[in-house]
Amino acid sequence: MPTIGVKRDLLFDALGKKYTDDEFQELCFAFGLELDEVTTEKQMLTKEQGDVAAAADASEEIIYRIDIPANRYDLLCMEGLVTGLRVFQGKVKPPKFEFVEPAQRQVLKITPSTAQIRPFAVAAVLRNVTFTQESYNSFIDLQDKLHQNICRKRTLVAIGTHDLDTIKGPFSYEALAPDQIKFVPLNQTQELNGIQLMDFYATHAQLKQYLPIIRDSPVYPVIYDSNRVVLSLPPIINGDHSKISLKTKNVFIECTATDLTKAKVVLDTIVCLFSEHCAKKFTVEPCDVIQTDGTIISYPELAVREERVSVKRANAYIGINEPANKLADMLTRMYLEAEVDAKDGDSLNVKIPPTRHDVIHACDIYEDIAIAFGYNNIKKSLPAFMQIAKQFPLNKLTEQLREQVAQAGFTEALTFTLCSRDDIALKLNKDIEALPAVHIGNPKTLEFQVVRTTLLPGLLKTVVANRKMPLPLKLFEISDVVLTAEHTEVGARNERRLCAVNCNKSAGFEVVHGLLDRVMQLLSVPWKTGGADSGYYLQATEDPSYFPGRCANVMYNETVIGKIGVLHPSVLQAFDLTTPCSAVEFTIEPFV
Amino acid sequence: MSNPVPSELTERILLHLESAEQADSLRLAEQFGIEHQKIVGAVKSIQAHGERLLDVESVTHKSLTLTEEGQAVAQSGSHEANVYAAVPEQGIGQAELLAAGGGNAKVGFSKAMSQGWLWLDKSVQPPLVRRKVATIVDQVREQLLQLAKLSDKDLADYKKRKLLQELSTKSLRISKGPEFSTTLTKLETDLTMEMLASGQWQQLKFKAYNFDALGATPTRGQLHPLLKVRTEFRQIFLEMGFSEMATNNYVEASFWNFDALFQPQQHPARDAHDTFFIKQPALCGPLPNDYVQRVSTVHSVGGYGSLGYGYKWQLAEAQKNLLRTHTTAVSARNLFQLANRAYGFKPAKYFSIDKVFRNETLDATHLAEFHQVEGVIAQAGLTLADLIGTLHEFFRKLGISQLRFKPTYNPYTEPSMEIYCYHGGLAKWIEVGNSGIFRPELVRPMGLPPDVNVLGWGLSLERPTMVKYGINNIRDLVGPKVDLKMVEDGPICRLDRD
Repeated sequence: MPTIGVKRDLLFDALGKKYTDDEFQELCFAFGLELDEVTTEKQMLTKEQGDVAAAADASEEIIYRIDIPANRYDLLCMEGLVTGLRVFQGKVKPPKFEFVEPAQRQVLKITPSTAQIRPFAVAAVLRNVTFTQESYNSFIDLQDKLHQNICRKRTLVAIGTHDLDTIKGPFSYEALAPDQIKFVPLNQTQELNGIQLMDFYATHAQLKQYLPIIRDSPVYPVIYDSNRVVLSLPPIINGDHSKISLKTKNVFIECTATDLTKAKVVLDTIVCLFSEHCAKKFTVEPCDVIQTDGTIISYPELAVREERVSVKRANAYIGINEPANKLADMLTRMYLEAEVDAKDGDSLNVKIPPTRHDVIHACDIYEDIAIAFGYNNIKKSLPAFMQIAKQFPLNKLTEQLREQVAQAGFTEALTFTLCSRDDIALKLNKDIEALPAVHIGNPKTLEFQVVRTTLLPGLLKTVVANRKMPLPLKLFEISDVVLTAEHTEVGARNERRLCAVNCNKSAGFEVVHGLLDRVMQLLSVPWKTGGADSGYYLQATEDPSYFPGRCANVMYNETVIGKIGVLHPSVLQAFDLTTPCSAVEFTIEPFV
Repeated sequence: MSNPVPSELTERILLHLESAEQADSLRLAEQFGIEHQKIVGAVKSIQAHGERLLDVESVTHKSLTLTEEGQAVAQSGSHEANVYAAVPEQGIGQAELLAAGGGNAKVGFSKAMSQGWLWLDKSVQPPLVRRKVATIVDQVREQLLQLAKLSDKDLADYKKRKLLQELSTKSLRISKGPEFSTTLTKLETDLTMEMLASGQWQQLKFKAYNFDALGATPTRGQLHPLLKVRTEFRQIFLEMGFSEMATNNYVEASFWNFDALFQPQQHPARDAHDTFFIKQPALCGPLPNDYVQRVSTVHSVGGYGSLGYGYKWQLAEAQKNLLRTHTTAVSARNLFQLANRAYGFKPAKYFSIDKVFRNETLDATHLAEFHQVEGVIAQAGLTLADLIGTLHEFFRKLGISQLRFKPTYNPYTEPSMEIYCYHGGLAKWIEVGNSGIFRPELVRPMGLPPDVNVLGWGLSLERPTMVKYGINNIRDLVGPKVDLKMVEDGPICRLDRD
């Protein structure tokens, strides 16, 4: 969820009302925002960077940090937030955005080479903009927030904004070999080619993360003006030549993308939020973008979509009963202008503005009605049907056995499912390659390399961490391990195991053996002696995790269901244990 | 623990009593040449062998003694007598008399005057102090020498003059009890089988119990506190008529974890920074073909009244195996089965409580794995009000009666509500879960009838447990570093009680 920081006093001026922190929090809560933190630039510098020296000069103006829902791009800056809240409070109507046709449209031509790397581009112009320091900062911040969120860190969309008076169309979007592209990057003085640029920014705190998006491509995307001035090298950096400043009057906006839908949303969002600073408010100048096949598409789209919503269905979805005109008012407060359909009283005609690209289905409209009505004003009800509930049999058995094993004197542990390769292999004298383990592709630390194939390491770690407890320590866990399994949908399956460990001055095999006997007794499984047909028994075996001659397979109906034995001293050592342990581990799934 | 009383001392006291009938502990101490405290200890030890061995009475002795000043008076006369003696036949000047008499002369002079022993001859200048009587009797001195004869009035007077002080000492007056014996029998600590068999218990004497001491700790195993809470949650769902889903599949296909839930393929949750992807086995096997096609369509171009996300959906992305990031993946599988039942759809209520995995930054309250609690209801015509009502009932069973809901955004529910509860102890609203109505783009491709709405909610098992038990670091609760002492001493879980 993105968070934006806005200056409180400016926000209240724009909202036309002063609030206490609590009052503003309540307003946010009702609208679906969250006042995350009340802070100052000074506090943020001190807290985030520990930079007391830099903080000394920083402003002490109060800043509200506000969490914005991830799909509401239109609220990601002061301008959009203020409009959204004022419309929600019914103080203003949602603005209408209009095109202003210039004598000659700006043109951006996409060349076919871009298909290799970043095939889409869209563009727009904002005319006669007046920037203040605040709105300029907000403009930069908005681009940053959009880059971080909908643009997926510039992979899907990259935004470039330029001072139109420093460049001359028509513009050309191309993809060229890195060494053929030469320009002075934003805020630099030295000309670099594409290869040098990658080196130059390799250690840059913010920009280095974007380099891999294109670095290894044979061609880099680039936008030129008619004089071959580089506007930008998306998604890395703009040229210094066309940079915008407080004095900029006319802004050329281009977005290049791998996802055209998102590029259109981003362009609409920027022009909608910042056309408020144009001399003629809420007006936008369209651009012609020439596609590789020669067709011309006009951008931005600024489309207002009309949806028809049934009043009956909207009420029924939420569980309220409000007249059509009230629902229309509520939607208008949510930035979705709505009117009751004149012909049938049961329909609303809802206008979805270009700021609300998050509305893609009637259910999004229903939600806005519910928010405007107030979630906490909805009269609660209960679903009217009955069902005879069923437990999942494996979980039911688990619950019953947990209780019984605890009653037998063993204390329950709850250990991690993820662990290191060493935990399940090396430390247990096993070969990782021979284990049916599920391996994780992107572990951040050693602790998340594999999914456990045995419960034993977790219990041994619990024993070690609790050495201060008086002996004997008798622990158990009934939980899942995961084993690779061909012929299953995902190639792996869980197995529910019972594992118990006895740790004492002597290994005490008979203690875990006794627990096994008790569990089998509880499961009505007989001890198989002589020529009995079924039951369980122990079959001597050797296992590198266990002491020689002190290990057996737990057999049930002639199948190995687990192991029991005295742990090998080298295993104890690997887990930093100085006391002998005996252990039993077996699957309980055959007993469901 | 007090030092054991040497048996010789108890024996000596008993022998003394046999002949003396009665004794005082102070006197005994003097007589035996032993500290008084030891005598008292020995008496108590005798009593521990039997209440009726001795009659013991605590007595307080009061004794009068002279103060330092009183001793001086007894030795060399009262102040007034000394002043009288200092007045010669021919008289003496007052100032001269007082100067000669020292510190107590002033008290002595005024007493002697009030006794009528002296008079002040003002016929000469300066006036002279002369004897009024020829002889005096120094009664004060005589009385102090014979304290026993003092009247109460005099006693009080002398105490006031700080000539006398009263001391009180405590001692035990000991005499033979009804079961007096000079030999002590050994006391039994517990009733045994042998005593019952032989009937000896009737004669034996038993040591008195100390009821202020704690009992012996029962040996037992204990259930883990978080899993006790899990049991309680299971119980609540079962009471509410929810059936349990099979969640024993940690490895899940991206398709069920994300795509089926209408979570677009570029969604940040699908980033390697948030999700554990599986290297081996990396890809899932065949998925239900027709359904996959419908999911692909609804993502890329929409359908069922939706615009979709307008991007190119890729099967390869959906096939990537991962560790499920939420149990909603299991809910998706169950809803798909529900939609494709041989006998057609029927309303259903499902729940699950099981582990989920996130490749997130870890801190005091976040681990890479945690338990998710999830409830799902599918029926025709369900409303947001039904969800609100169900959540109120559910949380009431957890002992939470004050709830409120905040609009939020979840990719797969719309409307979406964050659940907040009022925490009396912290005196604030805290977020406890997330909920919503599953989007039609999720439900309809599965094949559920158009009028069926699906309500869902989820919360973590760890968070309410930590709040309930006041645990600040999740590692104290989950994992090998759990404090087994805490596990063993923990109470039973009663979520509806505080």
